[in-house]
Amino acid sequence: MNPPKIVYPYIPNSVPEVKAEMLKAVGAQSMDEFYADIPENLRFKGRLNLPEPLLSEAELIRHVDGLLNKNRSTREMLSFLGAGCYQHQVPAVCDEINSRGEFLTAYAGDPYEDHGRFQALFEYESMMGELLNMDVVNVPTYDGFQATATALRMACRITGRNSVLLPLNMSADKFSKVETYLHPDISIQRIPFDPQTGLLDLSALKSALDERIAAVYFENPTYLGLLETQADQISAAAHAVDALAVVGVNPLSLGVIRPPVEYGGDIVCGDIQPLGIHMYYGGGHGGFIATNDDPKFVMEFPSRLFGVAPTIVEGEYGFGDVAYERTSFARREEGKEWVGTAAALWGITAGVYLALMGPQGMVEIGEGLMQRCRYLMQKLAAIPGLRLPFYETPHFTEFVVNFDAARKSAAQINRALLAHDIFGGKDLSAEFPALGQSILFCVSEVHTQADLDRLADTLQEVLK
Amino acid sequence: MKPIAPKPMPRRFHQARWDEPIIFELSQPGQRGVLLPPVEAGIKQQVGNPAQALPEPLRRVVPPALPEMSQIHVLRHYARLSQENLGVDLNIDVGQGTCTMKYSPKINDQLTRTHKLSELHPLQDESTVQGILEVMYRLEGMLKEISGMDRVSLQPGAGSAAIYANICMIRAYHEARGEGKQRDEVITTIFSHPSNAAAAKVAGYKIITLYPDENGYPDFEALKAAVSERTAALLITNPEDTGIFNPRIAEFVEVVHAAGGLCSYDQANANGILGITRAREAGFDVCHFNLHKTFSTPHGCGGPGAGASGVTEKLIPFLPVPTVEFNGEKYFLDYNRPQSIGKVRPFYGVTPNLLRAYAWIMSLGADGLREVSEVAVLNNNYLLNKVLEIRGVSAPYAKGKRRIEQVRYSWEQLTRETGVTSEEIEIRVTDFGMHYWTSHHPFVVPEPMTLEPTESYSRADLDEYVAVLRQIAEEAYTNPEIIKTAPHNSTIHRIHHEPFDNPAEWAVTWRAYKRKTG
Repeated sequence: MNPPKIVYPYIPNSVPEVKAEMLKAVGAQSMDEFYADIPENLRFKGRLNLPEPLLSEAELIRHVDGLLNKNRSTREMLSFLGAGCYQHQVPAVCDEINSRGEFLTAYAGDPYEDHGRFQALFEYESMMGELLNMDVVNVPTYDGFQATATALRMACRITGRNSVLLPLNMSADKFSKVETYLHPDISIQRIPFDPQTGLLDLSALKSALDERIAAVYFENPTYLGLLETQADQISAAAHAVDALAVVGVNPLSLGVIRPPVEYGGDIVCGDIQPLGIHMYYGGGHGGFIATNDDPKFVMEFPSRLFGVAPTIVEGEYGFGDVAYERTSFARREEGKEWVGTAAALWGITAGVYLALMGPQGMVEIGEGLMQRCRYLMQKLAAIPGLRLPFYETPHFTEFVVNFDAARKSAAQINRALLAHDIFGGKDLSAEFPALGQSILFCVSEVHTQADLDRLADTLQEVLK
Repeated sequence: MKPIAPKPMPRRFHQARWDEPIIFELSQPGQRGVLLPPVEAGIKQQVGNPAQALPEPLRRVVPPALPEMSQIHVLRHYARLSQENLGVDLNIDVGQGTCTMKYSPKINDQLTRTHKLSELHPLQDESTVQGILEVMYRLEGMLKEISGMDRVSLQPGAGSAAIYANICMIRAYHEARGEGKQRDEVITTIFSHPSNAAAAKVAGYKIITLYPDENGYPDFEALKAAVSERTAALLITNPEDTGIFNPRIAEFVEVVHAAGGLCSYDQANANGILGITRAREAGFDVCHFNLHKTFSTPHGCGGPGAGASGVTEKLIPFLPVPTVEFNGEKYFLDYNRPQSIGKVRPFYGVTPNLLRAYAWIMSLGADGLREVSEVAVLNNNYLLNKVLEIRGVSAPYAKGKRRIEQVRYSWEQLTRETGVTSEEIEIRVTDFGMHYWTSHHPFVVPEPMTLEPTESYSRADLDEYVAVLRQIAEEAYTNPEIIKTAPHNSTIHRIHHEPFDNPAEWAVTWRAYKRKTG
């Protein structure tokens, strides 16, 4: 006897009687009729080889918990990992809002039935605009890597040039993404950084700059955690040959650090993950791109840009797509790059975060992060055998520690810390061989003084 | 008490209207939404305030003019905005064809909320992330089986990013064979998603677009004429946005292969063919899935989604780094792939959605996936029958044939007879608590409407959607004014669109609005 037919909770019409009635209603004998156009040789024969289903929630939870419980999270361990993904407290309201089904399960709604989404994303753009002191911010693209890559393509289209300068102190992964994305029509030249300060080598930059260069990309804070004290000089050097300054920035730093537009940044880009989005093992990223309100720049955005406009009723805000004809939705390959599903919900979330933080919160978090960072740097610098190569340069939340003199590899250090329930920092030895056996440590506002002391004490112990 | 009258069909909907100000207008000086952990005195004493000590060119002098709000006011503002939004949870979301707006099970959302996922840092030691790596490894295995491909990368951020990753792998393949420069053309079809054309263009290709023949199939003769030693790839969807399955798809693939090109199957929406037909059987070299379409992860107002790129053996060397591997004892990330196209996004993929998709497949199994497709197709053909009973609408191409998971309809007759356009119907549909979409541009099908009912909706749901369309069609013939002046039951009224395309007036931020209207 055949087992009883399963009625799937996610498939209302899987009730056999309903299916039979619906087949009858459309005059079909069987389901096979609908697939009549699929030739026999294209049919998949047999049954997909997949695990037997866990039909109830209880079975599913037991299975998935069994897998995920093998993980040890940063809630259980003391973590000093950063390098592009940051542990910060995510306010409960951020999760509350992005879990609401109205936002979570909506998609490409129009401005009438999904007014809420348009307003929330317009407000995200607007609060980012305040943070960045710029008038145009996109609906988020996938992540900061994509934002950087697109910002550089925008710069090439704006200047009509096809060569860009990228610093050697950026993340190797981000460079990899950008390199692939600019291939084959845009050439890249790398600019070294000063081994003493960790900052961009200004004279190398100046000698690489000429009228073929579309853009200079630099970061502030840099991937290695440094504040680029020459930012205004870099922008000025780019502008001297009519190239653009494209600046990558951690938006969480902007309560205390000057926004790039004030030191000459023309296109500003980065990742919004630090703004109220969980790390999710690297799955919580969203990218922003910002410019001044110059049509020459605005018309080169591939992303959607939600704008405000009046309705026929006095006192009502309406929203819609600004300069939609730029997009690939409107013009396929004649549009600017492409637009599609990216990271809108994270944009809404980052907006909630900025509203919760307010000006005071953004100042306080920036100050507190810099204080913790400096404190930990001082503690570690005092440990014999450790060297902090860029100690004199101002830092934001991350800093490099070199272990060469301690005769330990970065991997050994991280393994030893792990044995003490500490996630050390990012091992830089493969990514930056010139820095020797070095680790990039990162602080967070969730760290207490005791946490920072614990890292210092544990390092001292493992170095014995 | 007399019995209360039964509910009318369609229902008497009204969207929430909170008349909510822009968030900056809610600011009250001095209010705080969250407080931060204090910096201990011991730290302050030792380092002072390094931010204040920054050199002038680096130090922000004026704090950002963000709103100042207490917590409940932030919550209430966004909760109200959320009510002014419809999602799958609220509406019969069959109106966004091509996008597979299906139910995203709540249990799968719940599974992502553990700190064992949300608070994992991507650079943790592999020994501490064996669980999530196993999920990714297993999900890849499932998608390999469902597509017939040999490897699947879960790294792309969404569908278009997967299309782009695929074209990059194709480009790397030709370059590795010394044919990179020679093969500078990509062929796609007008009923494939615009990102196929757009992403290939970014990758440096000239785009050739095939239009449908009189039966709605991509024109095979046009393909043969377009294919040459310059062809890098064919990027094609099947069934296309019309819902018509192209039975000659294997011949399309053969023609391109014979000229040395590769074939990439856009399976963003594979909802009608799970366990029925696969990229492998049709001979494709590459394919991609949108996990936020077929595999149920929520659309989030436009992301995050998740993309999955599947490849056959010859493209494995070019996969993005890292891949997730298993050596019989432990799971690990493999970066040692010298021919890789490199990174397509930070780290490894949109992990919460990978977990959701994994849980969704686990809760259905092979029979459940087939049931998904069969019911999605049954629902679509049921809807097709019902819609075609409405005056003024037609389903161009393939007359009398069944469709797979969606149909692109045309209101051409209705527009001709009443002057009411599909874009006007789109707005009127919102008065009934539903969503409706025309099609991508250009409108090859005149006055288009694209419906895709998926497996998530009941017969009564479909009947309700049809009742709305029928009423609007009747209005078009009897009282078109009600359509022309819609929406009537929305959060807002008709928007003046002119500012959106006028640089002197457009305002992408509140500060720009204040400046331009002040």
